[in-house]
Amino acid sequence: MTRYDAIVVGAGHNGLTSAAFLARAGLRVLVLERNPYIGGATVSRELHPNWIYSNCSYVCSLLRPEIYRSLELGRHGLQVVPYGGGVTFTRDGDVLGGYVDKDVKRREIARFSRQDADAYLRYGRDVMRQCRLVRALLMRTPPDPTSLRPRDLRELVHVASEFGKLGEAAIYDTLRFYMMSIADYLGEYFESDVVKANFAGSGIIGTALGVQSPGTAYVLLHHYMGEVDGQMGAWGFARGGMGAVAKAIASACTASGGEVRVDAPVGRILVRRGRVTGVALANGDEVFAPVVLSALDPKRTFLGLMDQADLPPEIVKRARDFKIRGSSGKLNIALDGLPSFPALGPGHPLLAGDMHVLDSLERFEKAYDDWKAGTWSKDPYLDLLIPTMTDPTMAPPGKHYMSVFVQYVPPKVEGRDWTDADRDAFRRTVFQQISRYSPDFERLVLHAEVRTPRELEAEVGLTEGNIFQGELTFDQLLFNRPFPGLAQYRGPVRGLYLCGSATHPGGGVMAAPGANAAREVLLDLRRPATVPEGWSDD
Amino acid sequence: MRPAREHYREVVQRTPFHSRTAAANALNLWHRWRDYTVADAYVDVGLEYVALRNACAVFDLSPMTKHRISGPDAAAFVDRLVTRDLTRLRPGRVGYCVWCDDRGQVIDDGTLFRFADDEFRLCSQERQLDWLLRSSLGFDVAIREETAEVAALALQGPTSCAVLAALGLEGVAGLAPFAMRSFPFAGAELLVSRTGFTGDLGYELWIAPAHAEALWDALFAAGAAYGLKPMGTHALEMSRIEAGFIQAGVDFLPADHAVRTDRTRSPFELDLGWLVDLSKPNFTGRRALLEESRIGPRYRLVRLDVEGNKPARDAYVYDDKRNVIGAVTSSMWSPMAKASIALASVRQPWGRPGDELWAEIYYQKELKWNRFNARCRVVEGAFYQPPRRRATPPPPW
Repeated sequence: MTRYDAIVVGAGHNGLTSAAFLARAGLRVLVLERNPYIGGATVSRELHPNWIYSNCSYVCSLLRPEIYRSLELGRHGLQVVPYGGGVTFTRDGDVLGGYVDKDVKRREIARFSRQDADAYLRYGRDVMRQCRLVRALLMRTPPDPTSLRPRDLRELVHVASEFGKLGEAAIYDTLRFYMMSIADYLGEYFESDVVKANFAGSGIIGTALGVQSPGTAYVLLHHYMGEVDGQMGAWGFARGGMGAVAKAIASACTASGGEVRVDAPVGRILVRRGRVTGVALANGDEVFAPVVLSALDPKRTFLGLMDQADLPPEIVKRARDFKIRGSSGKLNIALDGLPSFPALGPGHPLLAGDMHVLDSLERFEKAYDDWKAGTWSKDPYLDLLIPTMTDPTMAPPGKHYMSVFVQYVPPKVEGRDWTDADRDAFRRTVFQQISRYSPDFERLVLHAEVRTPRELEAEVGLTEGNIFQGELTFDQLLFNRPFPGLAQYRGPVRGLYLCGSATHPGGGVMAAPGANAAREVLLDLRRPATVPEGWSDD
Repeated sequence: MRPAREHYREVVQRTPFHSRTAAANALNLWHRWRDYTVADAYVDVGLEYVALRNACAVFDLSPMTKHRISGPDAAAFVDRLVTRDLTRLRPGRVGYCVWCDDRGQVIDDGTLFRFADDEFRLCSQERQLDWLLRSSLGFDVAIREETAEVAALALQGPTSCAVLAALGLEGVAGLAPFAMRSFPFAGAELLVSRTGFTGDLGYELWIAPAHAEALWDALFAAGAAYGLKPMGTHALEMSRIEAGFIQAGVDFLPADHAVRTDRTRSPFELDLGWLVDLSKPNFTGRRALLEESRIGPRYRLVRLDVEGNKPARDAYVYDDKRNVIGAVTSSMWSPMAKASIALASVRQPWGRPGDELWAEIYYQKELKWNRFNARCRVVEGAFYQPPRRRATPPPPW
C-alpha cells in the first residue's frame, strides 16, 4: 500500500505548481496524469516529425513572476522570450500595426484616427489602473466577505485599501469596468472601428460572450495584466513551446522529491467518514493520502470523480450550474515555408507578432451570433502566430509552425456532438479565412492539427473546451470563483482542495491558482509557508 | 486615404533641420524626443551653454507638440481650457498657460499663440489632441495637430536680437517679450516670437519645413560674427533649470498620464498660482481649484540653493527633524548663479522662504561613493534672470 502526504489530480501547470510548492515544504507528493504526457493545456507535442506544437495555450505572459522565481523555473529550463507586437488586417488590404515602439504605434493608430492615437495613452493608463488593482489580488486567497475570521477581515481590509488607493474617480470607473462590455469600454476611448476591433479581441478570447456582452471588459485584464521581465502587458513564447512551462514546473517538483506519474487516470476520489483518504485509479489501484488536490474543474471533480452522496447537495447543484462554455478552437499547422501576407510585405517585423483578422466590432458580434446559433463563426476571429519567427526550436530551419486560435467555436454543433465531418468543415472555414490575408498559405501546409471543443475536452479534459476552466464573468470571480463557499481552495470534504483555473484568479497560464491552493494546504497542515504571497511595485 | 504605412521603417524620424544638425553634430550624440531625434550636444556641452549665456545659441525645437485651434468659438474654447485670464492675449501675442483636468490637476503647460481673433496655436510638451477634442464639445472650433507641419528653432542669448537684425528682419528689435511677428524670408513667411525656455533674451522662429534648411544656413551666416553656435538638449536643460522653469514628466506628472492618481499636482502646487484666475467664471478645473484655494494645496514646488557644489540629483528632501518631506526633481551646478541649484516638490507646510531644508546627496569621486546632507535655502524667483530678457529694444549684447 502506497501512502503520500498529498495527491494532485492532473498534471497541468496548476496541478504541477501546487505539487512543487507542497514538495518544497517537505510533503511526499504524487501527481497523477491520465495522458501519457504532462502539461494539460500547457503542452507541446510532436505530431508531425520535427515539428513541435504548442497544442493548446501558445503564448506566455501571465505566469506569475513570483512563481517563476521562487520555483527557479529558469534553472529548470524555462526561457520566456517576448515577441514583437501584432497586427489587425483590414478588409481593404491595409493593416493596423501594433508596434512595440510606442511612438511608431501611436503614429500607426494615427493613420486611422489622430485622436485615437492620443487617446491610446489614456486607454493604457486606465487599463493599467485596473491591472494594478487585480494584480494585487492574484497571489492571495480571496477573502470571504461574510466571514468574521481575523484572516478574512485582514484580507478584506487589504482589498479595500488597494481599492481605495485608486482614488475617487477611478473607484467609480472600476465598478463600471467590471460590468461593461468591451465594445462600450473601447467606445469611451476610440472612434475608429479598426482601432476598436484591434483591441476588442482581448475582451472575448476564450469567452462565450460577444463584444457587446456585459462583463467582457474585465476579460481584457487576462490579456494585459501579465508581463515579460517587467514589461507590463508584454507577451512571449516559452522557448520550445508551452510544454516547456509544464516541464520546468515538473522538474522543480521532482527536484524537491515530488513524483509525477503519467498514464495514470484517476477513477475516483476516495472519501471515508467525511474526509478524503486518497484516490482510486481507473485500473483499480488505490493510492492513499489525507490530502487530495484536484486541478480539474468542479464539474469533473465533483460530478465525475466523486460519489455525489459524499457531497452536500448545494455543491452538486452549483457544480452543475457552473458556467463553463466552450467558445474556441485551435489549429496547429506545419508549414513548408513562410507564408506571405501581402498587407505586410516580405521581411516585415510584425510577421513575428500576433495577427488578427476582424477589423470591426460588427464582424465580432456577427461571429458571436454564429456561436449562439450553434455553429462555428463563418467569419471567425483568429489570433494567428508564427512562433518559428522567434523560436528556432519548433521546426526545421526554413520551415515554420503556425498557431491559430479560433473563435467562436461552440461545444456542440447545432445541439449535437461534433463529427469528423464538422471538424473538416471547420478547418475549411479557418483555412479560407487565413487565405484571405495570405493567398499562398494553403499551398505550404504539411500537416494540421485541428482541435474543436470536442478534442479539447477529450484530450485535455477542458469541459466543453473552455480554455479558462470556467467563464471569467463577474459572477464567477474572486470570492465567487468557482462558486460561493468554495473560493478558498478547500473542497466540501475535509482534505479535498481545488487548485485549477476554475479557482481564483482564473485561467491563463498564470499558475497562481495552483500556488494559492498549495498555500492553503500548508496553512491547514501547519507546515512552513513555501508559497510567495502578495504583490507590490510601489 | 490613410497616411503611408512605411513610417515604421524609420522608427525615430528626422526633423526638417536634420541635414544641418547632423553635419554639426561632431559628437554624434542624439536623444529621442518623441518621434524625432535631436542633438544632445554638438561639440561640447559647456561651450554650448556658454554660447547661450554669453553670445547666442540655436536649438532645434521642431519636435515640440503644436496644435492649431481655429473657428468662431476658438477664443471661448481656449479661455475655458486654460486657468489664466486671456483677455489681454490680443492677436500677435503669446501667453504662457497651464491647463488642468476636472480635478484641477495639471495636464500640461505651454505657450498659446494668438494669430487672429479666432486662430491660435498651442505648443506643449505632451500630445493633447485627445484632451483638446474631448473638451471642445459644444464649441464651434477646428482643432488639429500641426507638429510636423512647422519647423522651429529657438535662438537664445544676448546677441540673438543682433543676429536676427543681421539676418535682415527689419524692426525685430521692437518685438516685446511674448510678442510675435511675421517677416518675409527667402520667399517664405518666417514667424518670430520673443519666447523661449532659457530665461534669457531669445526668440523662437517658426517656418514651413521646406524652408528649414535655408533658414538654418542664413542664420549661421548672419550669426558668424555674433558667436552663434548650435546647442543641444543638455545645454537647454541647464538653462531652463536656471530659469526655474518646470518640465512635464520631470518636475510634474501630467494628470492624464498618472496611473497612480495621487501623483499629480495642481497649478498652486507647481508655483503657478499666478496663472490661475479664479475670478474667471468658467474654466476646466475651476471648482476643484476654488476648493483647493480654500483648504490649501498639498505640495509646494520650491527652488533650492543647495550648500556645497554637488548636484542634488534625485535627492530626498528633509525637514530639520530628518523627516522626508519631498524630493528633488531637477538639479545642477549653475555657472551663472555659481551655486548648486535644484527644483523640488515638498509637502506643505514646508518650503516657505527661509525654511531650513536638507537634501541627502550621494556622489561619487573616483569610484568611491560619498553621502552628505546639504543645507538648502528656499529661493524666491528664478536662479538667473538677466534684465535684458525684458528690455525692448534689447541691448545689442
